[in-house]
Amino acid sequence: MAPISAVNDFVVKFANVNGSGSASANELFAKAILRMGVPVSPRNIFPSNIQGLPTWYEVRVNARGWLGRRGGVDLMVAMNPQTWDGDLKEIEPGGYLFYDSTKPLPKSKFRDDVTVLGVPLTDICNRTYSEARQRQLFKNIMYIGALSVLLDIEPAVVETLLAEQYKGKEKLLDANKQAFHLGRDYATEHLAHPLGVRVERADAVGERIFVDGNAAAALGCIYGGATVCAWYPITPSSSVAEAFQKYCMKYRVDAQTGTNKFAIIQAEDEIASIGMVVGAGWNGARAFTATSGPGVSLMTEFIGLAYFAEIPVTIIDVQRGGPSTGMPTRTQQSDVLACAYASHGDTKHVLLFPEDPAECFEFSAAALDLADRLQTPVFVLTDLDIGMNQRLCEPFRWDDAREYDRGKVMTHAELEAGKDFGRYKDVDGDGVPYRTYPGTHPTRGSYFTRGTSRDPYARYSERGPDYIYNMERLLNKFDTARSLVPQPVARAAKQKARCGALYYGSTSPAMAEAIDALEREGVHLDTLRLRAFPFPESVREFIDAHDTVFVVEQNRDAQLRSLVVNEFGIDPARLVPVLHYDGTPITARFIARAISERVRSAGGRAQGNGVGAARVGG
Amino acid sequence: MTYVAKPKLHHPTLPQNSLCYTRRDYEGKISTLCAGCGHDSISAAIIQACWELAVEPHRIAKLSGIGCSSKTPDYFLGQSHGFNTVHGRMPSVLTGANLANRDLLYLGVSGDGDSASIGIGQFVHAIRRGVNMVYIVENNGVYGLTKGQFSATADQGSTSKRGVVNADSPIDMVGLALQLGATYVGRSFSGDKQQLVPLIKGAIAHRGAAFLDVISPCVAFNNHAGSTKSYEYVRAHNDAVNRLDVIPTREEIAVDYGEGELVEVEQHDGSVLRLRKLDAGYDPRDRIAAMNIVQQRQAQGEVVTGLLYVDAESEDLHAHLSTDARPFNTLGARELSPGAAVLDKINASLR
Repeated sequence: MAPISAVNDFVVKFANVNGSGSASANELFAKAILRMGVPVSPRNIFPSNIQGLPTWYEVRVNARGWLGRRGGVDLMVAMNPQTWDGDLKEIEPGGYLFYDSTKPLPKSKFRDDVTVLGVPLTDICNRTYSEARQRQLFKNIMYIGALSVLLDIEPAVVETLLAEQYKGKEKLLDANKQAFHLGRDYATEHLAHPLGVRVERADAVGERIFVDGNAAAALGCIYGGATVCAWYPITPSSSVAEAFQKYCMKYRVDAQTGTNKFAIIQAEDEIASIGMVVGAGWNGARAFTATSGPGVSLMTEFIGLAYFAEIPVTIIDVQRGGPSTGMPTRTQQSDVLACAYASHGDTKHVLLFPEDPAECFEFSAAALDLADRLQTPVFVLTDLDIGMNQRLCEPFRWDDAREYDRGKVMTHAELEAGKDFGRYKDVDGDGVPYRTYPGTHPTRGSYFTRGTSRDPYARYSERGPDYIYNMERLLNKFDTARSLVPQPVARAAKQKARCGALYYGSTSPAMAEAIDALEREGVHLDTLRLRAFPFPESVREFIDAHDTVFVVEQNRDAQLRSLVVNEFGIDPARLVPVLHYDGTPITARFIARAISERVRSAGGRAQGNGVGAARVGG
Repeated sequence: MTYVAKPKLHHPTLPQNSLCYTRRDYEGKISTLCAGCGHDSISAAIIQACWELAVEPHRIAKLSGIGCSSKTPDYFLGQSHGFNTVHGRMPSVLTGANLANRDLLYLGVSGDGDSASIGIGQFVHAIRRGVNMVYIVENNGVYGLTKGQFSATADQGSTSKRGVVNADSPIDMVGLALQLGATYVGRSFSGDKQQLVPLIKGAIAHRGAAFLDVISPCVAFNNHAGSTKSYEYVRAHNDAVNRLDVIPTREEIAVDYGEGELVEVEQHDGSVLRLRKLDAGYDPRDRIAAMNIVQQRQAQGEVVTGLLYVDAESEDLHAHLSTDARPFNTLGARELSPGAAVLDKINASLR
């Protein structure tokens, strides 16, 4: 078996024990390749645990810029004896195994078809360092050193990164550099290098940035003017609130007074979190909460209140594997229906689907505007794959001329001038009424907000016509939302295509790569990336223009497909689900195979004759 | 019926406060509660307290949960914004509202079902955060709106209208509030306006979490012989530890209290709480003593009323969070967005 040979196109997976300090070393590895101008997409695969359980960090290196998970591993850095057997199996034939060779292992523990690279990391560490913690931490930097030799990563780049990381902590910097070079020296002396897989300096990164979606969403809330954040810790969303706190300390403390232009409350539960957001929104501040599926379940009563009483609310839902506690540290797109129709009674909510951190930033800021404009809850439906992994994306952009859209707020002057104020009255024909902030005018504009039915002037009413007026107006308002939300992104196939595909959110990079692979096979598809619910008319037109439309998503029940069928009354047979939901991010290989098989089984011509789904369940 | 508007005509001889408002200007819609309901007396006391303090009605935000008590904010302060939220969740909504605009006065009205059962968690956490608010529990020991089920404050051994005996031990909201760190805690009785009005005034003048437990008999379901929350029972077992008067500023002190020991407590806004002690040695500035007397008298079957505890030096949630003096709802992009130049730097740090 010839060893795999590939420049700037391979997958490295680090198998570690969590709590061992490997995360920052692994990130250093990914960033070093990025600094050499070669795109990488790393993914944390971690347990719901703090110390002692297995954790993995998978880095895909790809000069063409495919950022989705590829599947398969070319080089395994096996640092966890617990998972050795499984890790070994995952290596592609002809791949490489890097391990700590301090303790000799029997031959049966290896594979004949992979190149074995042993470095006695523990031994070198024990000889160099006396403290237990140092021995552990520097082992990580040491394997980065050895890998830099094997993969041709420029040592100067790593040193620059270390210098940035330990700026002002010169002692730590020197110790890290030393460990890095110990690893380099051993590999240079004892191992054949470079390997068949290696990095070569390129210029494929451009001005893109490398950031995780949760930090990006938090920054979007900073720029979008959120002042109140109420939250309850839940994986994988906690780092949204934590990043918001960090950015607030940096950018929201008044320079003159030293006071805070923000309030962050870690609430007693998700119900209180959303309650605070509702209270702040009612009172005219921009407020948001960050949560995940179980939190949304708890919040649903309040979401219904905010829908019916018409209060701006922004909810960032970083989706994870459900139902119930499900897979807290794995990714899914399985809250789509729960959010779209959250709460009892007839309700519908605005959903935004960011594809990457750049859109997490953009859509979080947009959600705050939309919530005010539409006076309703707006969800930013991101997921663990985007939220908790650093992803290469377009830089954040902000126009300083941009003012916040506070929507229809009647002012003191307008009330004073005698302008008619009906809190739940449609005066512009768009279903969106005017509101007042509490305390605006001594005698005009006050009203009693409640979750009960009312007439257009907010007076309690159980009359059928008053109720119908209100419910129809809310539908009209939802219609208005169609043109205000981010519109779908269409991509036409190189030649006329009878098949199309809908997809959304974190599926983007895998989808782009799958389309490329399918085209090389001769399968041509138009695609439409949905960026929000309610769906604009262009979604129906796209479906109408194709014989068969694949709906690619990361859940078991084809939730977005159900939403499309339900909202447009489309024949379900025309929408073929492609579903990936084992908790790992969807891959291009999976999508391409599913679509290709389907197209071929229809005799090279896709026909919409069934709903048999392509699935992965294990 | 709440949609029936009260006539706006005012009698010209009605007395006016310093804002030239009459008591009528502090009223709301006509109550739909049962005739004789204790809650209506509490609404009247709120109206009286706000009028006497000359609070601008539109600068008050009144919030409630669900239940008979939570309907009452519609029946007072008609010029105030009100928010009838969801069951048991008024405290979180009030907290968020308070964060959005620190300049308004927040009045939370709740019931014993709302605050001691479904919403006890939110009650607990709003109190311990020190949210600047007046939190009134209209406590009748019964679920009125769903027709007479026991609430969590019903005394052990008390009977329902249908004759069922309550076997569960009661939650004492006052004891809880004291333990949780409320900085103004009082208990009163809806039928005792002389005591209740000054207690509400003191709570309004207070900065921090002010909690009032007001026993309010339910005429429909809990005003019978077996109830410990009936008019008759509370009148017979009421034991006031002090009599309170609230004087808005020091300069205006002109009230002669006559005999009895006096304690004066000046609050942060300069208002003075004057307490005439009925109970020798009771000092409302001692939290531990307050907890003791509540427990001792309860063991004797008595209901202690009056101002039980006040911390005049208290701070509120905004102080804990060092929030800006400007209400958040007045801040725009100029104050809140760090700007494009800063974003360029952030981008550069992420490469």
